[in-house]
Amino acid sequence: MAGCRLWVSLLLAAALASSATAVWPWPQYIQTYHRRYTLYPNNFQFRYHAASAAQAGCVVLDEAFRRYRNLLFGSGSWPRPSFSRKQLILGKNVLVVSVITAECNEFPNLESVENCLETFSQLVWKSAEGTFFINKTKIKDFPRFPHRGILLDTSRHYLPLSSILDTLDVMAYNKFNVFHWHLVDDSSFPYESFTFPELTRKGSYNPVTHIYTAQDVKEVIEYARLRGIRVLAEFDTPGHTLSWGPGVPGLLTPCYSGSRPSGTFGPVNPSLNSTYDFMSTFFLEISSVFPDFYLHLGGDEVDFTCWRSNPNIEAFMKKKGFSDFKQLESFYIQTLLDIVSDYDKGYVVWQEVFDNKVKVRPDTIIQVWREEIPVDYMKEMEEITKAGFRALLSAPWYLNRVTYGPDWKDMYKVEPLAFHGTSEQKGLVIGGEACMWGEYVDSTNLVPRLWPRAGAIAERLWSSNLTTNMDFAFKRLSHFRCEMLRRGVQAQPISVGYCEQEFEQT
Amino acid sequence: MRPSPHRTPELLLALLALAAQASAQQTPALWPWPRSVKVSPELLNIAPENFLISHGPNSTADPSCSLLQEAFRRYYKYIFGFYKRHHGPAKFQGGAQLEQLQVSITLQSQCDSFPTVSSDESYSLLVQGPVAFLKANRVWGALRGLETFSQLVYQDSYGAFTINKSIITDSPRFAHRGILIDTSRHYLPVKTILKTLDAMAFNKFNVLHWHIVDDQSFPYQSTAFPELSNKGSYSLSHVYTPRDVQMVLEYARFQGIRVIPEFDTPGHTQSWGKGQKDLLTPCYIEKKETERVGPINPTLNTTYTFFNTFFNEISSVFPDEFIHLGGDEVDFQCWSSNPNIQDFMQKKGFGKNFKRLESFYIKNILDIITSLKKGSIVWQEVFDDKVELQPDTVVEVWKNENYLAKLEEVTFSGFKAILSAPWYLDIISYGQDWKKYYTVEPLKFDGSVKQKQLVIGGEACLWGEYVDATNLIPRLWPRASAVGERLWSPETVIDIDDAYSRLVRHRCRMVSRGIAAQPLFTGHCGH
Repeated sequence: MAGCRLWVSLLLAAALASSATAVWPWPQYIQTYHRRYTLYPNNFQFRYHAASAAQAGCVVLDEAFRRYRNLLFGSGSWPRPSFSRKQLILGKNVLVVSVITAECNEFPNLESVENCLETFSQLVWKSAEGTFFINKTKIKDFPRFPHRGILLDTSRHYLPLSSILDTLDVMAYNKFNVFHWHLVDDSSFPYESFTFPELTRKGSYNPVTHIYTAQDVKEVIEYARLRGIRVLAEFDTPGHTLSWGPGVPGLLTPCYSGSRPSGTFGPVNPSLNSTYDFMSTFFLEISSVFPDFYLHLGGDEVDFTCWRSNPNIEAFMKKKGFSDFKQLESFYIQTLLDIVSDYDKGYVVWQEVFDNKVKVRPDTIIQVWREEIPVDYMKEMEEITKAGFRALLSAPWYLNRVTYGPDWKDMYKVEPLAFHGTSEQKGLVIGGEACMWGEYVDSTNLVPRLWPRAGAIAERLWSSNLTTNMDFAFKRLSHFRCEMLRRGVQAQPISVGYCEQEFEQT
Repeated sequence: MRPSPHRTPELLLALLALAAQASAQQTPALWPWPRSVKVSPELLNIAPENFLISHGPNSTADPSCSLLQEAFRRYYKYIFGFYKRHHGPAKFQGGAQLEQLQVSITLQSQCDSFPTVSSDESYSLLVQGPVAFLKANRVWGALRGLETFSQLVYQDSYGAFTINKSIITDSPRFAHRGILIDTSRHYLPVKTILKTLDAMAFNKFNVLHWHIVDDQSFPYQSTAFPELSNKGSYSLSHVYTPRDVQMVLEYARFQGIRVIPEFDTPGHTQSWGKGQKDLLTPCYIEKKETERVGPINPTLNTTYTFFNTFFNEISSVFPDEFIHLGGDEVDFQCWSSNPNIQDFMQKKGFGKNFKRLESFYIKNILDIITSLKKGSIVWQEVFDDKVELQPDTVVEVWKNENYLAKLEEVTFSGFKAILSAPWYLDIISYGQDWKKYYTVEPLKFDGSVKQKQLVIGGEACLWGEYVDATNLIPRLWPRASAVGERLWSPETVIDIDDAYSRLVRHRCRMVSRGIAAQPLFTGHCGH
């Protein structure tokens, strides 16, 4: 729990006010007044309230204060204001922050203070003469959904560390709080495992330049923590694992053509004990490297043709009495889930795990990604919550898909709770994620493809369900995208027009 | 959680691509593919500290030709990247060396001219040790040849710079190979335009079609009518000053790229109205004048006086022999609401046919351009609406339906044509849409040889409604590269798998040269 209170002391300027239309996502409660105050960069301070549980030395906040000072005023030096005597009496401008429980050295959630500073920074505006103003404003704010994520895919294309860190910055501007890191997939295995270094040595695009070392991962986690963002790591199995194969002989199922192995490989081999030994060791490492309570275990799009071709799998099925491959898949996933829960971790899985009726623990989170199959995604949300599981929505929010025009509008209009169900069911929807799959995305086009489109989803997940006015959203989002540009983010335009400060080509 | 449930084909493709990448390392990733390429398996080594690009002894150009001097320096940098000189000369054991590329211009070099539609871009390249020869009639061919030479050099797995002995003769299939940028819907900083020119040269494009103004803003700073941009630009920092324009023109010239400005009238002109009183037609509702204005007012003499002065300026600022006059999408509604226009129509005997009014206007503008000794390019509506054109007017075909039939029609009437209909790159979709652009055959229409010769080329258009400096480069490249090869290479160069494997590497090359070209598909670049 945290809160921050605004105590902007005075230095009254003229009466004309400019509105706070750059605020994104829109707060739950906001009242703006005409009265405005001048902010003097040299005199402005962030300060801890005397009664605050967090005080100077709280790294998360100290760092946030510094960051937002830079975002607001830049790092340049500003002329000292020449105060009149009267103004001097009225004192400095101070933003007083008060935190009820500190958690400075914990992993998120300290995000509400973080978010409060972001909102504050969006309220400040600059006159044509370069003076900073803020209008008298009252805000009470909290997110509608606790899980507001962005998925990045570092397997189809490697993303340099700087791309990831920059994305975390912009996520914070948009009040996203989960970085879903789809680390590995068929195409490459950039995560450097210290228990199984061969995985990256043989499975990455380049074992020197296209990998994430333990230090890189640590840096991402800490950078995210300082911004109130959780890192949800995904290691997708048993499908989407071709890149694991070269580094761990025997892990993948050899596919057969006729009675002989064809030389190609399929999903993880669920029939061998060695598979589970490996997974047990591997996920022990993952559980300790990633501090978040949750791991994402994937489980999507398992292709049964390779399993079907393999006589050893067939024999194993017979022994176990399985009549179809969904049972085999279930067997694998259940065993994996048991392993992971032994490490005191919770888990998120893609919807197929639910669709294929794998028996999972009641606290499993199911992520809905398919738009129409097997059912419309809203129906899927209904069924998942009806079965008592928590649900995450990402089906309508695949940002890697592009079309001509302002497609953010369709994403904005999605109402995650627009399904038939009890209020208890709706309470099981913990949020959603904007997904940026990497088949056609790397660091050359990631940023403009992500922003401000992901902003639409950020507001949907943060703001009240009543915040749906498209014209109002368009105005604020246009304004906010210019603010992102000002902060150096290569956010693309949503319509014709311009920003005072355009993106500068390097 | 993949976008499509049909995963296998893509996956296979990825694997094939990887395989292709590995095996294709032997053949050079030339893009666009030259007219004739003979590559020998024999290798030459190049030591950066012992390699020189210089003028051939019999060349008509010499070090006073700064266009070539700059090109030599640029391509040395592209070839060797951020290569740092080691102490002492590196010696290769045994292998033959390439120590020099001699560039010879055989005819008058045209070093100080601007390129034109008839500029000779042909060249031949003989790569052998220790001296390779690049021969061209004019500097324009030398620029294209330097690009090709730079694409032949690669680093072997030990990091040594290597080139195959080869013989290349090359010339473009079409003379006009353009990229359209739109600086009105969004202002593009000069730096972004210069970057685009760099990338254009990598793809052997030779025309920057600069759609400089439109309804939304008027960033061109006119010396004769400064109020146009003072009032019509987005802001005073969103303008192109005469200095900016000069910089673009000179930078383009150095890359052998023509700059064709477009001043689109009579429609698409809302931003002109702010700085030039009475230029636009006042729209009426029920016989009452409103605040709204429509296209250029074609009934006033002042309109033509204005354009005479305006295009006089434009024709001296922009050296190219062509000016693009637009003429697309004229909305007749406002004209028809205005009683003065109605009177004028009656007087002229146009009846209710507004196409005739449009024709009247455009004919006047074309005459102005002709009197300024310039040629005109117009969008296809001008042809469709049967405006009386000058014999040398070029028609640009942009409407997607039946564009080949339109090319046939335009050329049948004896006019030159430029094709852009299938190449609207601002229209984006998921996946590898470059293939769609690549498989277009511009001459696949019924018509005589003479008609086909009237198709002078094409343009990839990146309209600016949703594009600015943040996303222009990755949206343009490498998608426009597909168009680049279609317009440069012989019509027989159509193997899509071969194109894929070359384009993947060409894209990585662009990235290494500082162009943020987006990926074609899953994979990675060496750096």
